[in-house]
Amino acid sequence: MAKLDSKIPKGSLSKKWTNHKSKINLVSPANKRLIDVIVVGTGLAGASASATLAELGYNVKTFCFQDSPRRAHSIAAQGGINAAKNYQGDGDSTFRLFYDTIKGGDYRSRESNVYRLAEVSTNIIDQCVAQGVPFARDYGGLLDNRSFGGVLVSRTFYAKGQTGQQLLLGAYSAMNRQIGRGKIKMYNRHEMMDLVLIDGKARGIITRNLVNGEIERYSAHAVVIASGGYGNVFFLSTNAMGSNVSASWKIHKRGAHFANPCFTQIHPTCIPVSGEHQSKLTLMSESLRNDGRIWVPKKLEDVKAIRAGKLKATDVVEEDRDYYLERRYPAFGNLVPRDVASRAAKERCDAGFGVNKTGEAVYLDFAAAINRYGKEQAHVKGLDENDATLVKKLGQEVVRAKYGNLFQMYEKIVDQDPYETPMMIYPAVHYTMGGVWVDYNLMTSIPGCYAIGEANFSDHGANRLGASALMQGLADGYFVLPYTIGDYLSDDIRTGPISTDSPEFEAAEKEVKDQMKAFVNNNGKHSVDYYHKKLGKIMWDKCGMSRNEKGLKEAISEIKTLREDFYKNVKVPGGSEEFNEQLAKAGRVADFLELGELFAKDALERTESCGGHFREESQTPEGEAMRDDKNFTFVSAWEYKGEPSNAKLHKEELKFKEIEVKTRSYK
Amino acid sequence: MITTTIARKLAMALSGLFLILFLGQHFTINMTSVFSEKTFNFLSHFMGNNLVVQFILQPLLILGVVFHFVMGFVLEIKNTRSRSVKYQSYKGSANASWVSRNMIISGIVVLSFLGLHFYDFWVPEINYKYIEFLPQDPDRYYGELVHKFHSPFRVAIYALSFVFLSLHLFHGFSSSFQSMGLNNKYTRGIKLFTVAFSLVIPAGFIFIAIFHHQNG
Amino acid sequence: MNLKLKIWRQANAEAKGKTITYSISDISPDMSFLEMMDMHNEQLIQQGEDPVAFDHDCREGICGMCSMFINGEAHGPDRLVTTCQLHMRKFKDGDTITIEPFRANAFPVIKDLAVDRSAFDRIQQAGGFVSVNTSGNTQDANAIPIDKHDADKAFDAATCIGCGACVASCKNASAMLFVSAKVSQYALLPQGKVEATDRVLNMVNQMDEEGFGNCTNTGACEVECPKGISLENIARMNRAYLTASLKG
Repeated sequence: MAKLDSKIPKGSLSKKWTNHKSKINLVSPANKRLIDVIVVGTGLAGASASATLAELGYNVKTFCFQDSPRRAHSIAAQGGINAAKNYQGDGDSTFRLFYDTIKGGDYRSRESNVYRLAEVSTNIIDQCVAQGVPFARDYGGLLDNRSFGGVLVSRTFYAKGQTGQQLLLGAYSAMNRQIGRGKIKMYNRHEMMDLVLIDGKARGIITRNLVNGEIERYSAHAVVIASGGYGNVFFLSTNAMGSNVSASWKIHKRGAHFANPCFTQIHPTCIPVSGEHQSKLTLMSESLRNDGRIWVPKKLEDVKAIRAGKLKATDVVEEDRDYYLERRYPAFGNLVPRDVASRAAKERCDAGFGVNKTGEAVYLDFAAAINRYGKEQAHVKGLDENDATLVKKLGQEVVRAKYGNLFQMYEKIVDQDPYETPMMIYPAVHYTMGGVWVDYNLMTSIPGCYAIGEANFSDHGANRLGASALMQGLADGYFVLPYTIGDYLSDDIRTGPISTDSPEFEAAEKEVKDQMKAFVNNNGKHSVDYYHKKLGKIMWDKCGMSRNEKGLKEAISEIKTLREDFYKNVKVPGGSEEFNEQLAKAGRVADFLELGELFAKDALERTESCGGHFREESQTPEGEAMRDDKNFTFVSAWEYKGEPSNAKLHKEELKFKEIEVKTRSYK
Repeated sequence: MITTTIARKLAMALSGLFLILFLGQHFTINMTSVFSEKTFNFLSHFMGNNLVVQFILQPLLILGVVFHFVMGFVLEIKNTRSRSVKYQSYKGSANASWVSRNMIISGIVVLSFLGLHFYDFWVPEINYKYIEFLPQDPDRYYGELVHKFHSPFRVAIYALSFVFLSLHLFHGFSSSFQSMGLNNKYTRGIKLFTVAFSLVIPAGFIFIAIFHHQNG
Repeated sequence: MNLKLKIWRQANAEAKGKTITYSISDISPDMSFLEMMDMHNEQLIQQGEDPVAFDHDCREGICGMCSMFINGEAHGPDRLVTTCQLHMRKFKDGDTITIEPFRANAFPVIKDLAVDRSAFDRIQQAGGFVSVNTSGNTQDANAIPIDKHDADKAFDAATCIGCGACVASCKNASAMLFVSAKVSQYALLPQGKVEATDRVLNMVNQMDEEGFGNCTNTGACEVECPKGISLENIARMNRAYLTASLKG
């Protein structure tokens, strides 16, 4: 495979995107009609890309494994979407958003891409409002903003705790319009099984119809992968049950480099694991940290009493509480970035201060906020500010208006009333910054194959800031890919329709069919989930919030052994030509078992700590992460060479011209 | 126009409200029989011989009744066919009132009652006026009324039918406003009025029947 | 907890289905309903039987994919939750739980408890959008202030997750709550008003073509809706439809 060429346009940072857009090749409207594009995935990136591509005139074929494009997991994003609108007049700007994102990503993202993201962020809000997305508004009828972790301005637009849902439904509606016009052909309940290359170019995909098990062929002049992240390699994560790496992994195996696989975001505020039966974890929005204070008891005997059920959290007096984030990071307090907050929680729990039975939970307490808001309300209403019951009632009303749906969700799951007693939270796998390597045009190292949204690696470096995932998904889909793809497709205007009868399609289809047959005929003894859980445990214990050389080496060999056992002993009931969820899962877990190993290898190779990647060997005396800019200011792009551990590393050097690389400090 | 769901809904609502209007008028006239035989005879005679009432309002009313029940059946059939495989366990009571779910039952009872009622009053009346052309007698109505409520059996059937009418009204009245697109700050008021109306009117009718049975 | 499960089993759309009774033990009250189903499936796999097919994805109550009819109610006995948010503490030791697919002719069964809800997609494709180009070259987002109450109401309508509980609960299998939620969201916002007439006519026509039943205002949909979408939306749609019809 050729040397990495990130194709960053020349010129000053702020002009790059504008200049690039006006110089790249275009496809005329008449010729667009002759060109097919495949989009895999219908989250924010896939849905918005499909809609815009169809609107530009391409024939789009879109695929999703769910029963409707509206169910893609972007729907579950809660908090909000960033945009440098500066509606609050608090000093925000494109540059500041760019700067915050680079800094938040611990200087491991590509300057030019991030700047472009910040630049188009404002268009997203305009676009969504025009589409009828009901963002939160103030009494003057204008858009409201809130604040998120790691930044000092209010630039997050939101729709209660359901921003992702509203944005996705907006993109889905834009898609529906094009489906109605016949410009998008939608394939629900179809899973991409492989990428087909003809003469080295991406020319189609093989899919499995999940309803009847049929293996089908689809051709196109370009293929866009928008299949999301791979957090489910950990088994337990905040991802949806069906979220998987397969589409990304298949193109990796066909020649696309996989970048920074070890960069995973562990979100600090999730509902803790309750038992062995747990199938997934639930996020509590970062917005809660605007008002919630995080603490554990100072004294170990209090911890013991709490775990034994002899002491209630509310009975621990103020002096005996350790508000460890406020203590360690006075400037940002409870609103430090996610990686910092997660590690701090782990540090306390590892020291024995975890407050639930498993010892893996800390408190997120709203009592102070309830009291503060209550007093404020009492004052506004001219009532007695010293009446504790009244203040509490008024304060609870304010908190209910702000976070009601999240509190209700917590109560349904945990069966405790968070208005009365502090929430218990613990970090959980949430997002993967790593992904398929792409150039400035979002093209992977396979010509004609693109990756957008969480599936690619480009914008968040080693840690993503809150409310930036939605921004990136929509930026890629609405405003970047549909234009950059024209540059490539301009060579294809005379290609004509691509036949699916070629030997390449034949061979790819056969491979898929053989794999399916092998699974259903395997007659092993363990279910697919058995292996997925085992893999998840290895990943969490050895490639989780903190990593070390010994653990990573063990992980690599354990995953390899587990994978071999999987192929020998996995049991998939039913046949391959029918609705068979276990079979679909088997294919996905097979890919996770390979990715997991590459993940560990990448983490082993990167001996520095940066963002979500914490190597115990590289920390300051106070236990803060320590970057090694001299040796690691690069993107690790892995080329597939058979076994994951044989993957070949390519380095894309990161150059920071506009900003100074500093130690990230939130103190 | 009456092919789509919403148009049919509106048609049910409008015909229903029209029948409710008639019901109110019928009730008012009947109630006079309790207080004054004379007023009752006067009003009955007017209604029975006024040309507008006889040849415009009466056919309209019959049309309204026929339309309301035919449409009711059409909807019921379509609705039943929308779920051809039934649930084995369906807890309708958990989320909707019995009356709202069983308008067809209360409707059929009221319809059967209408049959009896036509047989009791309307058929003899038509026979009297338009078939046998018997002489005008402006004072005959009260006597006929009292005579009909002589049998306790008939009074019981009337009373039972009015209970079902009450159930039918209980859902139908306020629901027709929802069908017409009215669901706002007045909805509470409409609902309260519905409760009052669907209790008072049928109860009043029952009272009239029992009153004449006792005093007849 | 030990439970009896009466589950609808149907091999595919054409097959004739039937209810099969299973026993399951050692259920923790902290489990979610779907985790109980996972455990049950794990046992079936170990016994060499076909696991029960059911739709699910996000497991946090927002994607709208899970769709069971549990003990006679869509998403089970709890209120304002989807099946994935239902927890076993809502049941008692020794209970018998009947689990059926959402039933409506417009939602044909695919397998066991999984149904095909693409009728909902087709209704949305008929008009559930604002016809604006996705170029980003629109006016500034704050160019049109929107009354906060309208914006909030539009949001409430827009929270519909398209799960189909309204259809499943309605004794007539009517889709009015679903369709009216989308119609309302746009009817309440200035951006949606421009094509309001065509939207409501097209969406209602498509709804009828899909074979959903008629609304008889029983209100079951509102009670069973996991997002608490209000009946007010249906009234608003009725109004919009009548106005649109008169306009022609």
